[in-house]
Amino acid sequence: MAGGQAHSAARPETMTTLEIRKTYKMYVGGAFVRSESGRSEAALDRRGQHLANVCRGSRKDVRDAVLQARAAQGKWAGASGYLRGQILYRMAEMLEGRSEPMAALLRRTSGATPARARREVRTAIDRIVHYAGWADKYPALLSSVNPVASAYFDFSLPEPTGVVGVVVPEAPGLLGLVSDVLPVIVSGNTAVVLVSERDPLPALEWAEVLATSDLPGGVVNLLSGHREELVPHLARHMDVNALSLAGLSPELDRMARQDAAVNVKRTPRIAATDATAPAAQGLHRIRAFVEIKTTWHPVGW
Amino acid sequence: MTTAVLLPLDLSRVPRVDAVGVEERAAALAKRSIKKSAKLAGIRLAISMIDLTTLEGKDSAGKVEQMCRKARQPLPGDPTVGPVAAVCVYPNLVGVAKRALAGSTVRVASVATGFPAGLVPLDLKLEETRRAVAAGADEIDMVIDRGAFLAGDHAAVHDEIARVKAACGPAHLKVILETGELATYDHVRRASWLAMQAGADFIKTSTGKIQPAATPPVVLVMLEAIRDFYFETGRRIGMKPAGGVRTTKQALHLLVLVKETLGDAWLSPDLFRLGASTLTNDLLMQLVKEATGAYQSEDYFSKD
Repeated sequence: MAGGQAHSAARPETMTTLEIRKTYKMYVGGAFVRSESGRSEAALDRRGQHLANVCRGSRKDVRDAVLQARAAQGKWAGASGYLRGQILYRMAEMLEGRSEPMAALLRRTSGATPARARREVRTAIDRIVHYAGWADKYPALLSSVNPVASAYFDFSLPEPTGVVGVVVPEAPGLLGLVSDVLPVIVSGNTAVVLVSERDPLPALEWAEVLATSDLPGGVVNLLSGHREELVPHLARHMDVNALSLAGLSPELDRMARQDAAVNVKRTPRIAATDATAPAAQGLHRIRAFVEIKTTWHPVGW
Repeated sequence: MTTAVLLPLDLSRVPRVDAVGVEERAAALAKRSIKKSAKLAGIRLAISMIDLTTLEGKDSAGKVEQMCRKARQPLPGDPTVGPVAAVCVYPNLVGVAKRALAGSTVRVASVATGFPAGLVPLDLKLEETRRAVAAGADEIDMVIDRGAFLAGDHAAVHDEIARVKAACGPAHLKVILETGELATYDHVRRASWLAMQAGADFIKTSTGKIQPAATPPVVLVMLEAIRDFYFETGRRIGMKPAGGVRTTKQALHLLVLVKETLGDAWLSPDLFRLGASTLTNDLLMQLVKEATGAYQSEDYFSKD
């Protein structure tokens, strides 16, 4: 992240060191991968300066990511809520440890003031901890024992929806991503995430947090690329069970919801709240991506 | 129906296999890019070559009947796809399969000879074969005695195959080498030759119970043995890779190996089969994907 300083430090009178520039790759199935298509493009800062090259994901990257998400889903959903909570909490610990470089990156990509960048990282960490806490508690609030007028014990429980395609807001780069991905995965869903097209670096930096946080590979898959190109393939994919859509043009949003009807994907309308507002987190976000299963159990026979 | 070819049983004539060469050639032939109409044609051909298989202790009449419905018409709503070549079951379920497939072109194959280990007395193996054929099996998939083969008792293995062949009567005989237990390509090549010489109509890689199974280099070694046997005797022996072939990409790769080693004559269900259970759904999913443009989910295809 210290690219600019490294240049100025390489003066002839000091020992010459080569700057090691980071290659930002996508994160699929727990591995850092380049696009299958071999395409890449430049990520620019707000002033149009070149920051780094990023992969431009393709249709087949979507395909591969969905395969990985599907493979990981059963085991992730089968883990106890307590364990999922511990893993998410560790994710927060890992982000805490990298908060300085993350804040520096946010300053460069979005032009935020140092205080504002630090606040975004702080809020993102708090948000992860918030959902870590929910992991073993939301079932109690979403479940019910239902009164029925016959000889059945009738109860309802939440189950994860499955593989969820998550298109995150274009900004803020880190907080918008965390706010939309965490409520999806906390209940045992796995996610194929299209990161911000305008500002992909914070998301790809966050992948390094995921890779070191005990989160099983495939639970969160991060793809960078053009939304116009990738969203239709995600929306039409028969093995995706729900879509979380944000930051799309009205036209693309409408088309995605129409395509999603092919296998009746859930496409909850998540109110476009400011990611920093208190309403941006909570049980309502978890409820959007669970299915309520009701069991009628005979009694008194 | 074919009979054993009378060549001296001298496996020292069988050439050695260059392991590095065969692995490189098999890998090189996997690089071919098969897209669009060629891919569609390949998928349809592969479906017509499938031996739809269930060989589990928990197999039931209901499961076999469902599999037979899938064998007749693999893709519900599209009668142009399929039928597959055969279904493959345990001897006790041959009658069920035969009834369920009446009036179709789908053949019934039965494993026999103490599948999968093959470690039962010879007279029981022969009796099992005769009963499977009597119940209506059109094809018998036998296993060789790998212990005897690895101990160097080639004559015993040869005689066993020849006697099972005689017990088959009109039924075709596929000989399973279980390459995963043969350890080297040289053994695979020799066992292939031995089986063909003893009267096999098909040679088959594996039972599906042992890994590794139908790896491309092993398939290539067996195909080359078939080619040499054809040059020597004029007889066309069939090939059946089984076990571990799960994706369309793998299946198309095997078809490329066949075409490059044996030519178009072998690209037919009469001389090439794919033993598979999970492969079928992947082929169907790819077929629907090419037609609709949308990636498919296993949720919408029958499990068996």
